[in-house]
This record gives sequence, structure tokens and C-alpha cells, in this order.
Amino acid sequence: MSEELLQIRHLKKQFGETVVLKDLNLTVHRGEVLVIVGPSGCGKSTLLRCINALEPIQGGEVLLQGQQIAQNSKNLTALRQKIGMVFQSYDLFPHLTVLDNILLAPVKVQKRNREEVKKEAIELLERVGLKDKADRYPRQLSGGQKQRVAIVRALCMHPEILLFDEVTAALDPEMVREVLDVMLNLAAQGRTMLIVTHEMQFARAVADRVLFLEDGEILEDSPPDVFFEHPQTERAQQFLNVFTFKNVNKK
Amino acid sequence: MPDLGLEVLLKGKNMIRLLGGLGAALRISLIAVILSIPLGILMGVLMTWKNPVTKALFRIYLEFIRIMPQMVLLFLVYFGTTRSFGWDLSGESASILVFTLWGTAEMGDLVRGALISIPRHQYESSEALGMSKVQTYRYIIIPQTLRRLIPLSINLITRMIKTTSLVLMIGVVEVLKVAQQIIEANRMSSPNAAFGIYLTVFILYFIACWPISLLARYLEKRWR
Repeated sequence: MSEELLQIRHLKKQFGETVVLKDLNLTVHRGEVLVIVGPSGCGKSTLLRCINALEPIQGGEVLLQGQQIAQNSKNLTALRQKIGMVFQSYDLFPHLTVLDNILLAPVKVQKRNREEVKKEAIELLERVGLKDKADRYPRQLSGGQKQRVAIVRALCMHPEILLFDEVTAALDPEMVREVLDVMLNLAAQGRTMLIVTHEMQFARAVADRVLFLEDGEILEDSPPDVFFEHPQTERAQQFLNVFTFKNVNKK
Repeated sequence: MPDLGLEVLLKGKNMIRLLGGLGAALRISLIAVILSIPLGILMGVLMTWKNPVTKALFRIYLEFIRIMPQMVLLFLVYFGTTRSFGWDLSGESASILVFTLWGTAEMGDLVRGALISIPRHQYESSEALGMSKVQTYRYIIIPQTLRRLIPLSINLITRMIKTTSLVLMIGVVEVLKVAQQIIEANRMSSPNAAFGIYLTVFILYFIACWPISLLARYLEKRWR
């Protein structure tokens, strides 16, 4: 088995009295693609946000390559650079062009050479089919294009692990595809990814492991074929039934 | 062509006096603007604090200033403070004080609005890229806040310049007061001067405010 990249131990997260994640344990190996599914409000997005220390946690720990990530970690900004994150809402910076959105963090945070990063950024943009949009502003792009730029922006930081938080949830159906294709490509390159999604077909195609989360607990952690064909728990079966429709054609 | 009495402008130092009046109006408004901007930014930032006491205090201050007609504020500060506190304020200082109180309140509300209009995910995606708090503010939050703020605050500045036409009521000789004096002084020789002189005043205000409006429109377009 390859290196253990991310370890989550006894993670506990509460919003006030509401427990969102209870004693959650998870290990992610380098090169694995995990898809996290579950009903809304089950804590999927919160889990991703805790990995990035965007949320304070009430117990347990998150370790990336053995180093603890918490809101009070001294090297938090250094650790966050190893974690690329793409959000559901288009989170590009509206006052910067596509290229400047991508270059900002590598140049200002990682102090890398602007020209080198630019070359890399253009190559990546070309790969997602957006080379000609480099000088546009986010408002001039479609939702799907913005999400692809957001992915490139995350990639340019050379992260060890990528987190995708329902990145296609706000998109029109045709645009969903173009974003998912980019993610499938990344998976094929052996990137380590944690993906929260409601696209079950995609989950099945991209995942090495599917996690089924409910009420802040991992109820299932299995390979996609097992999860989608023979879910171990009744709750997961119920959840999957939501995505299939009974034929009501009367003839 | 009707007689507009424009020849009055050329009599004696009339035109120079009008420009001097405009200077007084601009001096009051610009000093008030220069004081209001930092104070307003400070107030706007404090207004976004969650502390209910500061929130309530600034809210009351803002509503008080907004509800009061500027003229009442001018009277309150100029006439009121003399008797009650024994302050010997000149008309111009009283005007600057009132305009600064007003500008700070309005500017504070603009800054508050601009700050809370930056969505939370802008902070989060910046932090997720590994940027520190300082970098987040420097590269992401402040540039976006300024873009939203500049057109609005320029609008406020032109309003402040125009509202200086009220300070003649507390004895400040600004452009409108000078105009009245000129018209009065020439009542016999040029009874038609009112139109020409007030037209000149209009043009002077226009020349003072138009470039500022142009700048606002330019910035709005550029920073859309």
C-alpha cells in the first residue's frame, strides 16, 4: 500500500449543540480517489472544510503527511498550500483576470518566478480548453468555465491532495460534463482527491473508494462496484433508491 | 437676447469675489471630506463588529445625522453651542464640524456596506490557497472593497460640495452669499442681474462637481 497521505482521527465537529461529525476516522493513501456521498446535511462539506481547517473542530485531529492541521497550527498557511480546494460557489476573485487569479498565490505566497508559473498556468489552461480565456475576467465566463479555472488555480499550487466540494452542484447540465471530464483526467493522472458530489454515475466512474456518510458517521467505505450494487446498509440502499425511478408507463 | 445682467460680473472685483466664494465652499467641503474619509473607514470597520454596544451606538449616530436636516445641524452647532457650552466657533469651523459629522456617518455606512458585501467565500478561497490574513486583505478584500467604495464615496463628495450652499445661513460668505450680495448691491443699476449671477453660480458648481462625477463614471466602468 502506498504512503498514507491524510489521516483523520476521532474528528468531532459541532455547530453549537448540533453534532455534525462524530468521532470520524479516515485514512487516505497517495493516489486514491475518494468520493463522499450522502444525504444533504450529513456533514460531507463540513468534513472537507475541516480537512482544510476552514472550520474549527471540537475534537480529534487531522494529519497531512504526519503534520497536524488545525486553525491554530503555526504553519497552517504552508499546510494549506498542499491542499487544493474547489468550492461549490464560483470562488474566483472577480477583480482579477483568469491568469492573475491563477498566478496570485503561487507568486505571492510561494514566491515562485512569475514567468515560470505563467508558463505552467497557460499549459494547464490549454489542457482544460481555456487557453484563450486567460485575459478574461471571471464575469465573462460561464459557470463551467469558472470551475475549470478554479481547478487550474488549485493545481498551480502543486497540492498533494485536492478537495472538491460539490463543484458541479450549481451548474447547468451541459456544463457539468466539462468539469467532470477535467476531474476524471486528474484521477487518471494519479492525483489524490476527495470529492463530494451528487453525480452518482460520475462517482462510480472516478472513485477508488466510496464513503457513505450519514449523521456525521461513515456508514460505508467500499469500492464503487460494491457500494452501488450491494450496499451493506439499508440506509445506503434507501439513499441510492432516490436516484432511480420506477417506470410508471402504463402500457 | 434678454438682458441677463452679465455685465455686473465685470464690475469691480465681482468675478473674483464669486470665485472666492466658491473657494470658501470648496474649502469647507474638502476639509470635511479629508477628515470624513479616514473617520468613516474607521466607523465602517467598527460597524461590522459583532459587539452589540458599538453596533447600537453607531446605528443611533447614523440615524440621528441622517434624520436631521443639515440646516438644523448647522444651527445646532453654530448657535446652540455658543450659549450652552460657551464655544466661540466661527461659521466656517462650525460648518466643517457639521460636514465632518455628516460625512463620517455617511462614509461609515458606505464602508460597512462595501465590507459586508464581500462574500464569505472570497475570504475562504483565499485562505484555502494558503494566503495569510494580511495577504487575504491586501490582495483580495481591500481591492474589492475599494472598487465598490470609490464610485459611492465620490457621489457623497459631490453631495457635500453642493450642500455647502446652506452654510450662508450661519453667516459664512460662500459663493451663493457672494452672489446675493452682488445682486443686492446692483439692484438699481442692473435690476436683471439675478439671472446672470445665479447662472454663473450654477456654472461654477458644475465646474467643481462635473470632473468628480466624470472620475466616478470612469472608475465605475474600469472597475466594473
